[in-house]
Amino acid sequence: MYRYDEFDHDFVQARVAEFSDQVQRRLAGEITEDQFRPLRLMNGVYLQLHAYMLRIAVPYGTLNGKQLRMLGHIARKYDKGYGHFTTRQNIQFNWPALSDIPAILADLASVEMHAIQTSGNCIRNVTADHFAGAAADEVADPRPYAEILRQWSSVHPEFSFLPRKFKIAVTGAERDRAAIQTHDIGLHLKKNAAGELGFAVYVGGGQGRTPMVARKIRDFLPEADLLSYCTAILRVYNLYGRRDNKYKARIKILVHETGVDEITRQVEAEWQELKDAELKLPAADIRAIEAYFAPPALTDRPEGDQAVKLARLDSKGFSQWLDQNVVTHRHPDYAAVTISLKGIGEVPGDASDSQMEAVADIAEKYAFDELRVSHEQNLILPHVARADLKAVYDALVDIGLATANSNLISDIISCPGLDYCALATARSIPIAQEISRRFASLERQREIGELKLKISGCINACGHHHVGHIGILGVEKKGSELYQVTLGGSADENTSVGEIIGRGFSSEEITDAIEQIVETYLGLRLNPQEKFIDAYRRVGPAPFKEALYAGEAKAA
Amino acid sequence: MKILTANRLTDGIAVWYADGGWAETVDHADLAHDKAAEDRLEAIGAKAYADNEVVDVNLIDADVVNGAVEPVRLREKIRAAGPTIRNDLGKQAAHAA
Repeated sequence: MYRYDEFDHDFVQARVAEFSDQVQRRLAGEITEDQFRPLRLMNGVYLQLHAYMLRIAVPYGTLNGKQLRMLGHIARKYDKGYGHFTTRQNIQFNWPALSDIPAILADLASVEMHAIQTSGNCIRNVTADHFAGAAADEVADPRPYAEILRQWSSVHPEFSFLPRKFKIAVTGAERDRAAIQTHDIGLHLKKNAAGELGFAVYVGGGQGRTPMVARKIRDFLPEADLLSYCTAILRVYNLYGRRDNKYKARIKILVHETGVDEITRQVEAEWQELKDAELKLPAADIRAIEAYFAPPALTDRPEGDQAVKLARLDSKGFSQWLDQNVVTHRHPDYAAVTISLKGIGEVPGDASDSQMEAVADIAEKYAFDELRVSHEQNLILPHVARADLKAVYDALVDIGLATANSNLISDIISCPGLDYCALATARSIPIAQEISRRFASLERQREIGELKLKISGCINACGHHHVGHIGILGVEKKGSELYQVTLGGSADENTSVGEIIGRGFSSEEITDAIEQIVETYLGLRLNPQEKFIDAYRRVGPAPFKEALYAGEAKAA
Repeated sequence: MKILTANRLTDGIAVWYADGGWAETVDHADLAHDKAAEDRLEAIGAKAYADNEVVDVNLIDADVVNGAVEPVRLREKIRAAGPTIRNDLGKQAAHAA
């Protein structure tokens, strides 16, 4: 993985020193909250309902054991024994004291981590496919490009005060696991007919109160032009993006209001000015960054097949976990493992200090010291020899992280909601927990098949409800929590925004409603292979509306 | 009725104005029954903010239930108790122990 060079070290140390000084001055009363607020936000420090919250960047979701162990240490020493992995592949701590933040940032810097640009109207953490470097279906590892973007965008003087925040995602496979079409810029790394690497470029995706699917503005951008083209997009946005209304300030609104053809023309015109200047990436530089992401030396471990076969016979739990949480690796003797942070009835994305430490141990022992955070709020071991899968499973069972529910209905994305968040209008975690408990039977979940359920506790959509096969949005209505259901959303290569199915449900009704939707799907699917999203796209909302609301219409 | 709430600057912990100081629990928060009392609380909040004791100062609706002050809105109830999904955290932790 990427290692800091001298410049990175100095840069992060300088920022720790600068922000520590700002915190001390704030605590001493030398600067006001109005002066301090933008400074703390630039360093990932929010104020939530109960306390401050610190959001720490995990660049493109990649971590090593030492780093995860440090996060466990921070959870124990400065927080309340746990952390929350987010839909942007980051981690948040919910209870840090402002006076402890300098010490936390110093600890993070010691393992090449920081909280820079995890908030504010700047280019945020660049996210990537969590199976990058391991996936059998990828053209190339997208993370070197994410790292190049990180270096370019860190305290970029021109793009540190954008109209609004700006999110970039990169995938290296046809099958999009990074939800690139829901980002301000989505990059799909691919090869052209000549076998050269480049990107399909998508612009203007986003969720929030105005969900939009990104539009493709270029089918193939040579890799050398990555920074000049992104600069051209950002320049057009910075110049014409709306600053009069924060709800209309994202690039998606500009793309929508200007029209994709005109935006494309503007970007291309700007790019013509930039493309042959200093932003052109020399191939040698790209290859140098790529070298940091060189895959571990995967020696052949052909004994894995037999080991897995025997272990399957020995343990039903292992067999189920293998089927659900283990995916094909580009090396046939290896696999990529999803560590579910969605135990039945647990808080989606939360991990305790000791779990983080134990997972760090597992990664070091069995997974070449590599870990990922997925935007679906799970942890990933990207490279595990099949021969070691049973040992990894047993170690995960010991720490309660072997739930075999990846991509099933209880693998729920959920924002923190009103239990923590100052912006939330309703709770989301307890709804996730109740649905998870209702569908606790893994046998039943497997019968239902792939189903992505996503919950947000307010219209800002941190829980990605717009792109859930089933989405739930919590709002406040007349002083009570009300949950609106959307169906048919999806965040893959066929991204779609879900449709509101009808009136919302109270917190007491919502789990029944979800069960009704699932039962309706089971009743109408053509066969067990037809996934929920495919069935919904075939039949549309009518049967689900009928199942949910027909009784009411008759009663009325 | 209104009460005055904020988060303490140093650690961000939610606090309520009670008996001339900032309390970590809401139960005995000073109640404003009329506009004059609200103005008085508001002035106290503004001064505490200016003095860098607290941030995010707000006057919120409250009732008295079984002799204890309780915020009206769910958001404020959760602030006063802690996350509803973790009874071991926040103010409620003292009762749970």
